[in-house]
Amino acid sequence: MSEILVLVDHADGAVKKVTLELLTLARRLGEPAAVFVGQGYDNAKSILAEYGAAKVYVAADAELAEYVVAPKVAVLASLVQDRQPGGVLLPSSADGKEIAGRLAVRVGAGVITDAVDVRDGFVCEQSVFGGGTIVQSRVRSGVPIVTVRPNSAAPEAAPADAAEEQVSVTLSDADKAARITDRVEVEKGERPDLAEASIVVSGGRGVGSGENFAVIEALADALGAAVGASRAATDAGWYPHQYQVGQTGKTVSPQLYLAAGISGAIQHRAGMQTSKTIVVVNKDAEAPLFEIADFGVVGDLHQVVPQLTEEVKKRKA
Amino acid sequence: MNIVVCVKQVPDTYSERRLDPGDKTLDRASADGVINELDEYAIEESLKLAEATGGTVTVLTMGPEKATESIRKALSMGADKAVHVLDDSLHGADAVQTSAALAAALDKVGFDLVVLGSESTDARMSVVPAMLAERLGLPQLTYASKVEVDGSAITVQRQAEYGYDKVEATLPAVVSVVEKINEPRYPSFKGIMAAKKKEVANFGVGDLGLAEADLGLAGAATEVVEFTPAPPREKGVVVTDEGDGGVKIADYLASQKIL
Repeated sequence: MSEILVLVDHADGAVKKVTLELLTLARRLGEPAAVFVGQGYDNAKSILAEYGAAKVYVAADAELAEYVVAPKVAVLASLVQDRQPGGVLLPSSADGKEIAGRLAVRVGAGVITDAVDVRDGFVCEQSVFGGGTIVQSRVRSGVPIVTVRPNSAAPEAAPADAAEEQVSVTLSDADKAARITDRVEVEKGERPDLAEASIVVSGGRGVGSGENFAVIEALADALGAAVGASRAATDAGWYPHQYQVGQTGKTVSPQLYLAAGISGAIQHRAGMQTSKTIVVVNKDAEAPLFEIADFGVVGDLHQVVPQLTEEVKKRKA
Repeated sequence: MNIVVCVKQVPDTYSERRLDPGDKTLDRASADGVINELDEYAIEESLKLAEATGGTVTVLTMGPEKATESIRKALSMGADKAVHVLDDSLHGADAVQTSAALAAALDKVGFDLVVLGSESTDARMSVVPAMLAERLGLPQLTYASKVEVDGSAITVQRQAEYGYDKVEATLPAVVSVVEKINEPRYPSFKGIMAAKKKEVANFGVGDLGLAEADLGLAGAATEVVEFTPAPPREKGVVVTDEGDGGVKIADYLASQKIL
């Protein structure tokens, strides 16, 4: 059985859920081999073993974290050349997609992004044109390189050895051309990552102001959810741009997407249409988002959302 | 500073977008073509940088004849001239092939800085800027929400989940921008008139030295096996709030075992 390389998405060894989803998918396609680049492997080892990594390639050179994207491309390219894997899976994050794209160019392969499923033979399912069309694609020359959207598979534990193998690469001058000199973190509290969250609560024009987003945040915190925003809300400066859901923003696919005060233009639907359950609150009964809602309430979000927040707290208590 | 801004003509998000049942590529005839939205931010940033440094802005696009509409839009915003990679044998190119053609065109045109939008609204892959950096062996300064050039030094803020990274490099470089970066200008009447007289050079695959076997659908490393319209979501229940809307949602979530 050929190895399937899975690039581990982590922050100092804290492994993101999407990695466990990728390991689960990789088991269908071959033998999962995790690729851990960066510091903190000791924190990651046991969860990678629990979710089925037969092998883990560890590239821990501190230099690898100093440059944009290219060092991870160098690590994966060297593994692709030496190990001839059956394929490479990466998360469909901004970094994951760029690593995949550069890797495809470097090793002379094809790349597919934003898969929502990967089946036998690396046939990839994608949801395109704002969720309107389902496409089955495949890579037909070179090793298949595929990025998968978070929440595309339920992580399943399947204990394996996680046999560790150190990898070191020599970075070229081009790999070191874009140097990261500072990391600036914005306050996001304890909320989960928007892209990975199982529940997302989003606010739009109907929220009315930046201060009023407290109503959205309160519900999100009661549900353990991430907060999202429509473009109208981020353009108005009510909520930071990196939380924008939709075309030109984030694409999310949570178990529950709850939209408050968002009318649901195609640009917004493109970023959330594949959510499992959609709940909509809007005072305009004609809002297009009601057309794809599993449950909707026509009403004032400033009444409905706080009441829901209290109800969630009561029922969770 | 010699800036090249890459633009793409895409089907309007508001029109019905579909794939051609014959060769399974984008059906460009069925939808209105518009310039990719984020590319307008790339043009704006290029114009600002050129204005600040006394440089020129060249528009580069690859696409069918119809894509000249998007070139004209960029020229009417203020870009100086344009290069159109136009060749029927490129039809059906995937991202790997597109980046090869654009890299070849960039080599031929020459530049200090390449600027792109970080995503197209049709394919939404967000890989071409990174692929260009890879092919050209240049710094990748992508997802920029701020760009500063000082002589040959360039610094950007690279937007990330947690905030941003500050990234430094030396020109030449490849930059992609997010919409937070600026507010694109509207073409003025004078700009629209002037655009009609600006130079547009056409490059074919022969001019770019691209190998025939690598071109178009036949040379693509990826293929669409099949496609189907997504099944419509089942129409859900919509109720009017009578003072208990929040409770009703909680009941619904409980019935779905979400709560």
